[in-house]
Amino acid sequence: MTSPIEAEDATASVALDEKPAAKTTAADAEAPVGRSPGQLMWMRFKRDRTGVVSAIVVILYFVIALLAPVIASLYGKNPYTLYAQEPEYPFLLDDFAMPTGSFGGVSGEFWFGVEPTLGRDVFTMLLYGMRTSLYMAVALTVLSVGTGVVIGMVSGYFGGKVDYWLGRITDFFLAFPSQLFFIAFMPVVTALFVSPTDETPTYLRAVAIILVMWFLGWMGMARLVRSSVLSLREREFVEAAKVSGASRWRIVRKEILPNIVTPILVQGTYMLPSAILSIAFLSFVGVGFVEPTPDWGRMFAIGAKIYEQDPAFMLFPGLALVIFVLAFNLLGDSVRDAFDPKTGR
Amino acid sequence: MLQFLIRRLTGAVVIMFLIGAFTFFLFYTIPQDFAQLSCGKNCSPENIAVIRENLGLDKPITAQFWDFMSGIIVGRDFATGHCSAPCLGQSFSTGDFVWDSIMDRFPLTLSLTVGGLVIFLILGLGSGLLAAWKRGTAIDKTVSGASMLLSSFQIYFLGPIALGIFVYSTGWMENPKYIPFTENPVGWAVGLLLPWAVMATIFTAQYTRMSRSTMIEQLQEEHVRTARAKGMPARYVFFRYAWRGSLAPIVTILGMDLSGLLAGGVVTEFTFDLAGIGRLAVESSLTKDLPLTMGVMLFGAFFILLLNIVVDLAYAYIDPRVRLA
Repeated sequence: MTSPIEAEDATASVALDEKPAAKTTAADAEAPVGRSPGQLMWMRFKRDRTGVVSAIVVILYFVIALLAPVIASLYGKNPYTLYAQEPEYPFLLDDFAMPTGSFGGVSGEFWFGVEPTLGRDVFTMLLYGMRTSLYMAVALTVLSVGTGVVIGMVSGYFGGKVDYWLGRITDFFLAFPSQLFFIAFMPVVTALFVSPTDETPTYLRAVAIILVMWFLGWMGMARLVRSSVLSLREREFVEAAKVSGASRWRIVRKEILPNIVTPILVQGTYMLPSAILSIAFLSFVGVGFVEPTPDWGRMFAIGAKIYEQDPAFMLFPGLALVIFVLAFNLLGDSVRDAFDPKTGR
Repeated sequence: MLQFLIRRLTGAVVIMFLIGAFTFFLFYTIPQDFAQLSCGKNCSPENIAVIRENLGLDKPITAQFWDFMSGIIVGRDFATGHCSAPCLGQSFSTGDFVWDSIMDRFPLTLSLTVGGLVIFLILGLGSGLLAAWKRGTAIDKTVSGASMLLSSFQIYFLGPIALGIFVYSTGWMENPKYIPFTENPVGWAVGLLLPWAVMATIFTAQYTRMSRSTMIEQLQEEHVRTARAKGMPARYVFFRYAWRGSLAPIVTILGMDLSGLLAGGVVTEFTFDLAGIGRLAVESSLTKDLPLTMGVMLFGAFFILLLNIVVDLAYAYIDPRVRLA
């Protein structure tokens, strides 16, 4: 949290957190210059080596996901072709439909091996699977953060009855057993779009997953924003704005919002990996994506089924997920430390 | 104490009612013909009409809701027989009573979640304490590093690895299976050892990190410094002052984590191929067996609410400033 004095200055720069680097010049080091909290945060973050490395890893994942079609075409395979049935690869799978060759059929041709039974390429399956998961998680996180911020701000700023009822609604949704709810409501929500006799198109499945998870995804953020707004509402700079005749909308947008960007960002960094894991959970238990959509969680479902015969299949998607979640958790901690150096690790 | 229990239980009943109403109306207002669903594809209109009557789908929705809700308290009569007191309806596809199906599967889920909870609380809080006690030393770094790494693992990844090591390649253990506790307590513990270990490993890692950081925060508090300054023995300060204070935030987070605990149980079931509540939920959801799905969800909500009350009681015990009345 910034002090009211800094906050006047902060309004402009905190909102520009993504690229405040341009503003920080090394030459300023000797002379005591005013730095905005955003600049201070960026300077602290740059010094944190773990944070920088994990940020690079996370960015790398997103770049790979974005460029999945490009990489796949350079690599020359796709996640849908059943390569075992292609005449060019006669000995891809053995008589038990397990990959021939050591370690799940890893070779120069198939970098991460071959899928047992169907003979698809694991590398491209993983690439596209990550792409599906990351896109979905980003969409879900943006929606949940947006909803949480709006509800939290309304309830914190207006207070009174509005706050009471919004708080009760938040509590009510928090009482839902979320994962059971997702499992139970996936078919219901898909049934809203397609009749049960028709095949559900993949994009509708994606929409249904996002809708169901969005529904129970915003409460944590709403609570956080509400409490932050409550602590800011009575501060002098807000009162000053009120006295000088600023509209409510302006106060919320220009005075309060810039000051709660920090906790929102930190919470958001923790929400994204958990969104990925929840989506993977759905596909893992079999109510999320179905064949043949490449999906991270579905790869674990396949892997668990054939683990006894072909343990190597699970390894690549598993390690990729562990590294991703680890990097994101470390990044979240670093962002938090950079914003608020008081929290020691 | 009693007053608190009564108040919380009434609150829980109200929330259960609201969740029930919410799911009921959402489920039953979607444009689907359940009689058609439970009858299958080649079904004559007469058959559908009979099924609809048997399932009570021909009544108006408010009457169906009343039947459902009163069934929970006083029981209901179906064409196939009487369904006694906590009656959550009858499955569309198998015709079994929902409550019986749940009670069939629930002991496994209960064993998994509560067993896992006890293990990870002891291990997680313990290793967090150790890391905070030895802050900055090699022990702290090992514990923190390991917990950071392990908390990024997933049950569905760690589970197969554990199976591979302990069951498939070395043969030290049997494939996990569920034996009721009342039948054979030793077999029960041995059969669930691997699922518990895998589930608890990930939760332990998370709670180690949490316990360590709240502990370190507490050790910097003024009252802890005062206690140290006046010459109180280090161990006394550590346990009586800092640890006691660090428990409250952990219990708060535990209370919010309960639904995650149930989810962990569900994933563990699937990873180790055990048949508990989670599998029941997925099976019923895929066959669109709405009474069963809804029953499982309500039961899950009830379980979490109940655990929540227990956590709140523990919270009041740990932090005397929280008064129950």
